[in-house]
Amino acid sequence: MSSESRNLEARTFSGLPGAASPTLARRNTNERLIAILLAVLTWGGVAILMVLLGHIVHEGYKYITPHFFTNFASRKAEIAGFKAAIIGSLYMIGLTILLAIPIGVAAAVFLEEYLRKSRLARFIELNINNLAGVPSIVYGILGLMLFVRFFNFQESVLSAACTMALLILPVIIISAREAIRAVPAGIRHAAFAVGATRWQVVSHHVLPAATPGIVTGVILAVSRAIGESAPLLLIGAAAFIRFAPKSPMDRYTVMPVQIFSWLTKPQEAFHQVAAAGIIVLLVLLLALNAVAVIIRMKAEAKYKW
Amino acid sequence: MNKRFLIKAAVLAGLAGTVLAGGAALAALKGNINIDGSSTVYPITEAVAEEFMGANPGVNVVVGISGSGGGFKRFVVGDIHVSNASRPIKKSEVEKCAANSINFIELPVAFDALTVVVNPKNDWCDSITVAELKKIWDQGSTVKNWSDVRPGWPNKPIKLFGPGTDSGTFEYFTEAINGTSKQSRADYTASEDDNVLVTGVAGDQYAMGYFGLAYYEENSGKLKALKVDGGKGPVAPGKDTARSGKYAPLSRPLFIYVNGKSAQREDIKAFVNFYLDNAAALSEEVGYVPLPDSAYKTIKNRFNSGKFGSVFSGKDTIGLTIEEVLAAEK
Repeated sequence: MSSESRNLEARTFSGLPGAASPTLARRNTNERLIAILLAVLTWGGVAILMVLLGHIVHEGYKYITPHFFTNFASRKAEIAGFKAAIIGSLYMIGLTILLAIPIGVAAAVFLEEYLRKSRLARFIELNINNLAGVPSIVYGILGLMLFVRFFNFQESVLSAACTMALLILPVIIISAREAIRAVPAGIRHAAFAVGATRWQVVSHHVLPAATPGIVTGVILAVSRAIGESAPLLLIGAAAFIRFAPKSPMDRYTVMPVQIFSWLTKPQEAFHQVAAAGIIVLLVLLLALNAVAVIIRMKAEAKYKW
Repeated sequence: MNKRFLIKAAVLAGLAGTVLAGGAALAALKGNINIDGSSTVYPITEAVAEEFMGANPGVNVVVGISGSGGGFKRFVVGDIHVSNASRPIKKSEVEKCAANSINFIELPVAFDALTVVVNPKNDWCDSITVAELKKIWDQGSTVKNWSDVRPGWPNKPIKLFGPGTDSGTFEYFTEAINGTSKQSRADYTASEDDNVLVTGVAGDQYAMGYFGLAYYEENSGKLKALKVDGGKGPVAPGKDTARSGKYAPLSRPLFIYVNGKSAQREDIKAFVNFYLDNAAALSEEVGYVPLPDSAYKTIKNRFNSGKFGSVFSGKDTIGLTIEEVLAAEK
């Protein structure tokens, strides 16, 4: 009798949340502490980012003038411009995209849709994943030996674009493969069932459905390439150049290299010019990401499963 | 209608005149000039290139900053026409030139004064001897506190800032102070970016660092430059003392090296002559010490008579005065 009442007591005890149970109270406190900690860390990170951005904008805004976009580099901070670097970056990225997207997407399609799962396939996959983590300077050395010297492209935009394409290929292949894998098998089966060939299945159904994912991966990869300076310094991006590239074989500079060469100058005014350059680079990156979001939303609206 | 036509004709004639004049200049000089090398010499070459391209729009001059050593690496295989160098060409580099049958012309263009700086709150130290600098910076140095350098200085840890091992500044300083190029203690904060060194010394009362004069002059409010005693009493770094040769052994000549074959090209000939004509004004403007006018004349003669080879290579250039540079040129 007494044991039964104790049991009953215990049951009601544990059934009341937040009541006098010491372990439950401790767990609730812990839960609240963790939530607070996570919020502090998140907002702390955002706050630091905001402080940095605020500092950059504060430093550089007065050099964002129309002539900053139309002038070439100069030893005088007041008339120094970003034109060669902006055009150089866009030229290089354009070529990089032309080179990297077809190869990257083709590789992803082959690996996902054509190649049978085998030891070789796993070996290739492992290597691609590893390549994605190789430091960019290593690609610079490769680019110097292969494109600048061996193919004799010299210090041209083409050398830079080839090197950058190699740099971002692993990222593009990995994200494209994931996007292709996410397309439901039912879509493929349905297409095969009505007699489509493998290439028809891929080109009519799988690739269009995977486009949002592929585009996101490409934009992320391109954002990385546009911010690289180390490999390009190695393969001959110029510190001082007063013309914009007109052909793929022309000399060039890019935004991060120009910013770097301004930052290493002794004059304080040039550090502010560099800040202005950073603002332009950030705006361009945000614009690229916005384009990715728009393409993604449009493509996703078309495919629902 | 008539009036409009007249205005149009006048404008057209004016445009044609400009185009013709510009066309003449274009026809006269056209080409691409590739320059790379020392980031110390870069500001002078950059200024010259900017002015030269303003006067000769048909010529494209491209300047890189891969360091004195990096520039020579490309120069000895014939990749570039002109190499900027904050030190004379090395014997090994001369040999590589010979192996690739590349001739070169060596041209001193300005002086720089390496400046030893401390924090402005440092009130115990105004000047320092070369021996004391060696004691601080040499390989295996046991100096930990300021009091280890000179008795009476505070018993506080000395914080050292200096350039990275790839820089010509590092090579020159270690040779001038420690006796052997690249022989240095390694336990100091090193950066290839001199602004990092400026920030480091400006932020610590017990810091010491060294870099080119231009970085001190731009930040003279945040730093204190030490007088250096090379045996003839303390001398403050500055344009005058570097020019007179009094600031020894830390003033150094800066060079450009021109590929002998390229020097035959009209555009490069014009560029180098333009360089030597304007180096005095432009090097001063970007924070360096110009050579005397007579020196530029001698050097120009040397270039236009096509004298190949180096007079500085393998020789002791430490504490070289402008007169000695001139004598070497003759």
